[in-house]
Amino acid sequence: MRQRKIINIIIMVLSTLAALLGLLFLFWILWTLVSKGMSAMSWDIFVKDTAPPGMHGGLRNALVGQLILVSVASLIGIPLGILAGTFLSEYGGNSKFSNFLRDISDIMMSAPSIVIGAFVYAILVEPVGHFNGWAGAVALAIMMIPIVLRTTDDMLSLVSRQLREAAYALGAPKYKVIMQVVYRGAKVGMITGILLSVARIAGETAPLLFTSFNNNFFTTNLNEAMSSLTVTMFNFATSPYEDWIDLGWAAAFILGAFVLFVNIVGRLIIRKKVK
Amino acid sequence: MSKALDWLFKNLALISAISILIALIAIFAILFKEALPAIQAFGLKFLVNTKWAPNMDIFGGLPAIYGSIMSTAIAMLLATPIAIGVAIFLTEISPNILKGPIGTAIELLAAIPSIIYGMWGLFFFAPYVRDWFGGNGLGLLTAGFVLAIMILPFMAAITRDSMNTTPDVLKESAYALGATKWDVVKDVVIPFAKAGIIGSIILALGRAIGETMAVTFVMGNAHKIPKHLTDPATSIPVTLANEFTEADSDLYYSSLFYLALILFVISFVVIALAKFYFLRKVRAAK
Repeated sequence: MRQRKIINIIIMVLSTLAALLGLLFLFWILWTLVSKGMSAMSWDIFVKDTAPPGMHGGLRNALVGQLILVSVASLIGIPLGILAGTFLSEYGGNSKFSNFLRDISDIMMSAPSIVIGAFVYAILVEPVGHFNGWAGAVALAIMMIPIVLRTTDDMLSLVSRQLREAAYALGAPKYKVIMQVVYRGAKVGMITGILLSVARIAGETAPLLFTSFNNNFFTTNLNEAMSSLTVTMFNFATSPYEDWIDLGWAAAFILGAFVLFVNIVGRLIIRKKVK
Repeated sequence: MSKALDWLFKNLALISAISILIALIAIFAILFKEALPAIQAFGLKFLVNTKWAPNMDIFGGLPAIYGSIMSTAIAMLLATPIAIGVAIFLTEISPNILKGPIGTAIELLAAIPSIIYGMWGLFFFAPYVRDWFGGNGLGLLTAGFVLAIMILPFMAAITRDSMNTTPDVLKESAYALGATKWDVVKDVVIPFAKAGIIGSIILALGRAIGETMAVTFVMGNAHKIPKHLTDPATSIPVTLANEFTEADSDLYYSSLFYLALILFVISFVVIALAKFYFLRKVRAAK
């Protein structure tokens, strides 16, 4: 009897310590990001391009490149993901085929991102003969589609059946019911899911290493190699130069702040909606 | 008119849905096609050959495969008990006011890009590993630690979700019989959530084995089987990340695709196992 209680106390203490340990690492990593990132921040980061060591460069080309890559990936990934999710929820329902596609997209969602990079290299870089922004955007889009698909699917299935039936009763065709009633009902959840998927691909590095590669110059041309925050972070942080490493931390701070901000906002919206 | 639009919308949606299947098949096909020269040159011996010498056109995958498996094993050994502890804390111990904030904090930790874990590991964590365990701080052990920290929140969140599916009635009846919290967790919650917990462990394993950026910084990048856990090593994703743009011969390039194919097959099997056998129940409950 006593022994049972002692074991209970030990396990409960260990579990609490485990939770504290998790939080410790969270705050350690956040503290690193803020302290290293803030001290490396300056106006130059937003107006100057990356430069050789000792030349006081910034991150303008990387920021713009990142923005372009993520935007193009979103333009490809979001509509495809929404349409695919719509099919699964509105047309497929719980059919075997739909569940099969759900499983496939779960697998795609967890596929190693570097493998997706290698795949896109083989279809979009090697045949062209040089690294290019399109390839980077496509790699990111491939990672985005399953995420958007699953959130759309989930959110649409929450829209009540009565709402749809009311619309059908008025004689509306199915596509109109979906676009004007179902989408509207699921709007908040879908937007949140899309935001989270954008944050997710914005932090991806591996699929860009050999697709959009990197570019030390400012470019908006997707046919050229294009720099991104993440690949710049990788190159700068692994370099031996003090000022490059500092810029790497500044990039990490900008990226980390963006990702955490979007996640927190997304959670707040969803929570409000559920209540 | 609206019939045509209906037809169009439905088929656009259908094509989009099928595109995900096409992408999966295309990845397999393209990786296989690109890996074919290496497969023909080395066959399955690639899996056990330890020599990786690009200058002599000799490629063996074992060091990278070994590094992937070892770093993942270390990460799983460290992260699994802690993740279960965190989940027990969040479902059974924590006061209700703290459940939300701590749960959210753990989920935010899962959202931080893995490259940030890698940078933090290189500059802030590797020195501790060097001081405590020896070596130069870069190697399998550090990679395992950083991976463990990266997958911990992910595992804890899924484990918590599956533990939360335990009906309160079951727990309350156990408490009514005089069970301690640990009795309840051990005899009611864990058996009830077992499939979900195993699923989360396998899914985390899949994530760890394919993870690139968190480990590329801290692996040390040496193409041999290390004698000690603190020695520099490599893994499949690390080899791809470091050498893909340097491959200067066809066989080199093809060998890297062979590695990518092996990684994709491993992670496909792992994820499929987790999804099809263990996580069904968690999903159904959601």
